[in-house]
Amino acid sequence: MSVMVNVDSLSHRYGERQALSNLTLSVPDGEIFAVLGPNGGGKTTFFRLLSTLMPIQSGRIQVANLDVTAQTHLVRQRIGVVFQSPSLDKKLTVLENLRHQASLYGIRGQLLRHREAELMRSLGITDRANERTEKLSGGLRRRVELAKGLLHHPQLLILDEPSTGLDPGVRADLWNYLGKLRNEAGVTILFTTHLLEEAERADRIAIFHQGCLVANDSPENLRASVGGDSIQIECTEPQQLGECIAAQFGLQPQVIDSTIRLEVPNGHRLVSELMQQFGKRIHAIRLGKPSLEDVFISKTGHHFWE
Amino acid sequence: MSSSYPSGQLAIASPWRVAFQLAKREIVRFFRQKNRVVGAVGQPVLFWLLFGTGLNQSFQMQGQSFSEYYVPGTIVLILLFTAIFSTISIIEDRNEGFLQSVLVAPIPTWSMVLGKVLGGTLIALIQAILFLALSLLLVSQISVVGIALSIVYMTLIAIGLTCLGFVLAWKLDSTQGFHAIMSVLLMPMWLLSGAFFPIPDVQTQLTMGEKILRIVMLLNPTTYAVAGLRRVFIEQSNAWMPSVTLCWTVTILFGSIMFAAATAIARTRTAGDLK
Repeated sequence: MSVMVNVDSLSHRYGERQALSNLTLSVPDGEIFAVLGPNGGGKTTFFRLLSTLMPIQSGRIQVANLDVTAQTHLVRQRIGVVFQSPSLDKKLTVLENLRHQASLYGIRGQLLRHREAELMRSLGITDRANERTEKLSGGLRRRVELAKGLLHHPQLLILDEPSTGLDPGVRADLWNYLGKLRNEAGVTILFTTHLLEEAERADRIAIFHQGCLVANDSPENLRASVGGDSIQIECTEPQQLGECIAAQFGLQPQVIDSTIRLEVPNGHRLVSELMQQFGKRIHAIRLGKPSLEDVFISKTGHHFWE
Repeated sequence: MSSSYPSGQLAIASPWRVAFQLAKREIVRFFRQKNRVVGAVGQPVLFWLLFGTGLNQSFQMQGQSFSEYYVPGTIVLILLFTAIFSTISIIEDRNEGFLQSVLVAPIPTWSMVLGKVLGGTLIALIQAILFLALSLLLVSQISVVGIALSIVYMTLIAIGLTCLGFVLAWKLDSTQGFHAIMSVLLMPMWLLSGAFFPIPDVQTQLTMGEKILRIVMLLNPTTYAVAGLRRVFIEQSNAWMPSVTLCWTVTILFGSIMFAAATAIARTRTAGDLK
């Protein structure tokens, strides 16, 4: 398995604040890779360093075996970057934005005509080609951003919080397109997200917390690492009920807000026992396989949204 | 998606072509913002009417005519303000996010700076040339060679001033900051450039105040812009001015130093780049 991105002992600080500490990970070629973490977890810093927007302070990143610091120019030719905040010129049309971007990457003539037509067709923006981007909806603008990032046919596409501001239908379209891009063109895709359900779409997830890598595996393996089943109980007095459950069954329930969480093997048996014992005090009980949130909680001891 | 992806051959952008495209974008943006176009045409016309009809009658200056004196000064005023204000677009580009994609593109920093500077220079030149054309209605003695030479000199001035604007704008995060710069830097730069009153002559008896004023004016790069332009328009003047060689040298040197400074500052990242 070849590696597209190799990160070694990467650290970064903004003044006093340590944003990334000693991060080491690798992104396999041709995968969809999610960098998941709550806000302030360090994923945006990682995005800035990988996208070459900001110089690396300590450690190193290699993209396609090229060093980001020493061979910045060569790395830039091989990566496509889609920012979270818009990067379009609103006074220019869709086509003008694409042509401007193309000029930055030395794409012109026949090649440019071919690629702009191809991208606008596959992203469904051909009929908007001559419209100024200030008149487009958020979803359409994101498609133009994506087209911009793909014009030079990058080997690695980096997206920062790609779903921000998009409605569910548009999100689904975006993920279909990214999936196709990976499957048909073999582009490695790395995205940052603070949405658990979005990270589920990746082949592999790196979970960041307070600037550290706390887990890095496929969604299935991450869930399996938690083990067994996840039970969530909603009730009015979670603290007291949690203590009762702990005393009665010798378990260690986690109480978060009005919810009690339990991770146990053979959850279905426990559910029926819990309902027999405490049925009157329980509003709702849910049995499921561990979610990424359970993974996050078990790795960090914190609630994801804290 | 087609089977052509990914291409084996990496295209390489020519830095000059990139600069040209960035400059072109500035011009396209300028013409698509109607208020900017109206301002750009209105300002020279207003100055022309004001100086041409109003001040011309009250003008008294050591044997120089209005046109000799005020035309170069007003051109420099137009260049100074337009060139420097055109670099506000850097702040807009950053706030609108456009700059991000330029910053991560495989292009040398100088080519981005050159693109911005050429764009600003052209916008400033459009206005200055418009004023010059109107002035020719009042000033008849300027030759075709003189006009051509003055446009070359105006270009050099505008490049230096746009670079100065670039340096000032790069670290600013709001366009409001620019207005402060206007009052503390641009107005004094113009007032002390010899456009408004001549440089105190050493041949005459100078007071201490006049001596200080002379030093300040000689340190001001716009002084050489005004004097150099004035020397293109008139053969000789009663008022003291720096020589032609000195004017061109200072203007070219100022442009070169400012361009180097703009390229150096563009390599740094500001808080606005990291949103």
